[in-house]
Amino acid sequence: MDPLTEQYIMFGAVGTIALVTAIGMLTSRNAIYSALFLVLTMCTMAVFFLILGGPFIAVVQVSVYAGAIMVLFLFVIMLLGGEHTPGEQHLPWQPAVAVILAVVLLGMTGYTLVRTAPWSAPGAAPTAMLGSVESVGQHLFSRYLFPFEVTSVLLLVALVGAVVMTRDSK
Amino acid sequence: MNPDVFPQVLPLYLALSAALFSIGVIGVLIRRNAIVIFMSIELMLNSANLAFVAFARYFQQLDGQIIVFFVMTVAAAEVAVGLALIVAIFKSKKSINVDDISLMKG
Repeated sequence: MDPLTEQYIMFGAVGTIALVTAIGMLTSRNAIYSALFLVLTMCTMAVFFLILGGPFIAVVQVSVYAGAIMVLFLFVIMLLGGEHTPGEQHLPWQPAVAVILAVVLLGMTGYTLVRTAPWSAPGAAPTAMLGSVESVGQHLFSRYLFPFEVTSVLLLVALVGAVVMTRDSK
Repeated sequence: MNPDVFPQVLPLYLALSAALFSIGVIGVLIRRNAIVIFMSIELMLNSANLAFVAFARYFQQLDGQIIVFFVMTVAAAEVAVGLALIVAIFKSKKSINVDDISLMKG
């Protein structure tokens, strides 16, 4: 098969799922359904990362986002019983204005996209394993070593912050 | 060797990224459930990640994917603190509807 049609078919199939699940997340009345739709969106993102040559980042996407973060969301939804919020809308015109503004935002990003295209072709030929575990690890522990260490401090602060915030103040 | 066809597909990825970001913006603006608003923010972060990885593929540079890795760690920290905040608000207000949280309204 022509490599370009191949790319189009893959993008079309996975991209449709991503858009449909994102809209599903937006429109579900029940927060549990929203979370499950978002899990699907995260998984389609992981498929995209695989197509784009990032196996490591795809696995991290599934295990951290679709795994840890969304489980935390579902846990909190069930803990608080917050599946439904009473649909009491104080400003009836607000959703329409929000959608119009978002469409304007989409138009602006689309305009920038069209204006800056076509990009100059990249000089480098595609390498077979761009985002393999080995090359990501080498980058992470040489060039990005300091940011990597800083994120560990950030995660520690977030951990302590979450514990302090949710404990009973007696 | 075949010429790389990816530059012709890149605009599609960027368009999808922009569309997902806009859906996230709509979610933040129209939903009243604080947890769903939070999930919309996660969707926006993810759409930015998609653009990063698409550009990493386009330029054949790994830096885009490393940035995505950092975005994911920051998102994890943000979710932990944010959900703790929501739980704390729920304890005092008995609601996660953002319309009910109007303590500072003049």
